[in-house]
Amino acid sequence: MNPKVGVLALQGDFREHLSVLAALGADAVPVRRERELDQVAGLIIPGGESTVMDKLARAFGLREPLRARIAAGMPVYGTCAGLIMLSDRVLDALPDQQTLGGLDVTVRRNAFGNQLDSFETDLEVPLLAGPPVHAAFIRAPIVEAIGPAAEALATLDDGRVVAVRQGNLLGTSFHPEITGETRFHEHFLSLL
Amino acid sequence: MTDTLNPTTTFGSDHPGTGTARVKRGLAEMLKGGVIMDVVTAEQARIAEDAGAVAVMALERVPADIRSQGGVARMSDPDLIAGIVDAVSIPVMAKARIGHFVEAQVLQHLGVDYIDESEVLSPADYVNHIDKWPFTVPFVCGATNLGEALRRITEGAAMIRSKGEAGTGDVSEATKHIRTIRGQIAALKAKSPDELYVAAKELQAPYDLVVEVARLGALPVVLFTAGGVATPADAALMMQLGADGVFVGSGIFKSGDPAKRAAAIVKATTFFDDPEEIANASRGLGEAMVGINVSDVPAPHRLAERGW
Repeated sequence: MNPKVGVLALQGDFREHLSVLAALGADAVPVRRERELDQVAGLIIPGGESTVMDKLARAFGLREPLRARIAAGMPVYGTCAGLIMLSDRVLDALPDQQTLGGLDVTVRRNAFGNQLDSFETDLEVPLLAGPPVHAAFIRAPIVEAIGPAAEALATLDDGRVVAVRQGNLLGTSFHPEITGETRFHEHFLSLL
Repeated sequence: MTDTLNPTTTFGSDHPGTGTARVKRGLAEMLKGGVIMDVVTAEQARIAEDAGAVAVMALERVPADIRSQGGVARMSDPDLIAGIVDAVSIPVMAKARIGHFVEAQVLQHLGVDYIDESEVLSPADYVNHIDKWPFTVPFVCGATNLGEALRRITEGAAMIRSKGEAGTGDVSEATKHIRTIRGQIAALKAKSPDELYVAAKELQAPYDLVVEVARLGALPVVLFTAGGVATPADAALMMQLGADGVFVGSGIFKSGDPAKRAAAIVKATTFFDDPEEIANASRGLGEAMVGINVSDVPAPHRLAERGW
C-alpha cells in the first residue's frame, strides 16, 4: 500500500498539490492538525503567504510537531511560501515571522518585486531527466545564500538559485503545481 | 489546467514572461483559503497583515462609509496607496471604477499587485468595463451570476469575487450570489454538449468559455466571495458554500476590536468545516459592525446592481 502523503492546508494552493499527487497515484490528504500530520509519511508545503502559514501553524499548535518531523527526517517539499517555511534564514520577513527551518539557506521574500515582476520561464534542472522545467514565479522568493549542507538544483540565467535540496528536504521558488509539471512531485514521492 | 490562457500581453512591462494569464491567475491561486481585508490607511494595513490577512485592499473609504456619506466614490489618493504598498509585505490590491481604464493605468504604475474593478466605487462607464488583457497587473471583478462572471473573464479578469452587498454587514446577498454562481456551474456541468450552444446564448457569454466551465465544473479562475461578511461564522459559511476565499470590507475596521476580529475571521476561514474552531474563534470579539438589512436599502442604492 502507498504511504499516505500530506499537503499543508492552512492557506494557499494546496488543492493543486493534492491533485498533482493524486494524478501520480499517491494517497494524498490535507493536513491542518497535529493528528493529521501524524498520519503522513511526507509533506508538501504549498504556495501562499508565508506570514499567514506561520501565524496559523503557531496558533493551532502545528509548528513544534512540524519541526520535530522535519528534524526526524520526514521528506518535505516546499514551493514558494513553502520554500520560505523550510529555510533557516529569511530576509524581508515580518519582524516576528518564524520559519520551520531545515534547509541551510537564506531566502529573500518577494525578491523579484511586486506582481508586475511575476513571470514564467524555462529552467534547466539536471536532477530531473527530460526537457527543461516550465516554471511560474509569482511574487517569488530567491535563495540568496546556501550553507554547506544544502545543494542548488536550478538557477536562473543570471545565476540566482531557485531550487535547493538538503537530505529529504526539497524547495523551489516556483510552482510546478500550476504549470502541469510533475517531476518534482515524482522525485518527492521517491524519497518516501 | 485552463484553456483560456491568452497570448502574452506586454503593455506596462518590458520583461519577457510577465503579465501572462497564468501568472495573473496564479497569484489568485496563492491567495486561496485566505482573507483579503479592506484598509484605508497604512496603519490599518499593518494591523491586517499582523492579523493574518493574505492581502489588503486599499481604498479611500470602506463601503459602509461610502454608503452613509454618499457622493461619487473614486480611486484612492496615490500617496495613500503608495503608503500602503510600502507598509506591508503581503499583496496590495486597489480599487478602480468600472470602466475607468486610466485609474487602472495609474494603479498599475503605482505597483499594486491586483486591481479590483469595483462596483463599490461609482462607475465611470455604464456601457463598457475595462479591457483588462493589455495590462500586466491582474484584475479581480465582481459578479452576481455566472454569465456576469464569464463576461468579466472574457474581458481579462484573472479572479472573480461574488458581489454580495458591500457595506451592510448583511451576508444574505453574498450567500445568494455564491449560491447562484455555483448552482449555474453545476447546471452547466450536467448539460449534454448539444445544449451548451443555447446555454451560452442564455448566459450571454462566449461559447468556448461556457464549454470550458462545463468541462471543469468550475470557473477557470479563482472565485472569492465578498459583500456583507462580518463574523467568523459568515466567513466559514462562504467557504462551505464553495468560495475559494473571502473579502472582508467594512466588517473589520467598523467593528469594536479590529485586530482580534480580523485574526478570528482568518482562523475561521482555514477551519471553515470545524464548528469547534469557529466557536473558539468567535468568542469575545466585542461588537460586530452595525449592520443594515439589505431589504432596507432602496434598490437604486444597491451596489451589486452596478456592473452587468
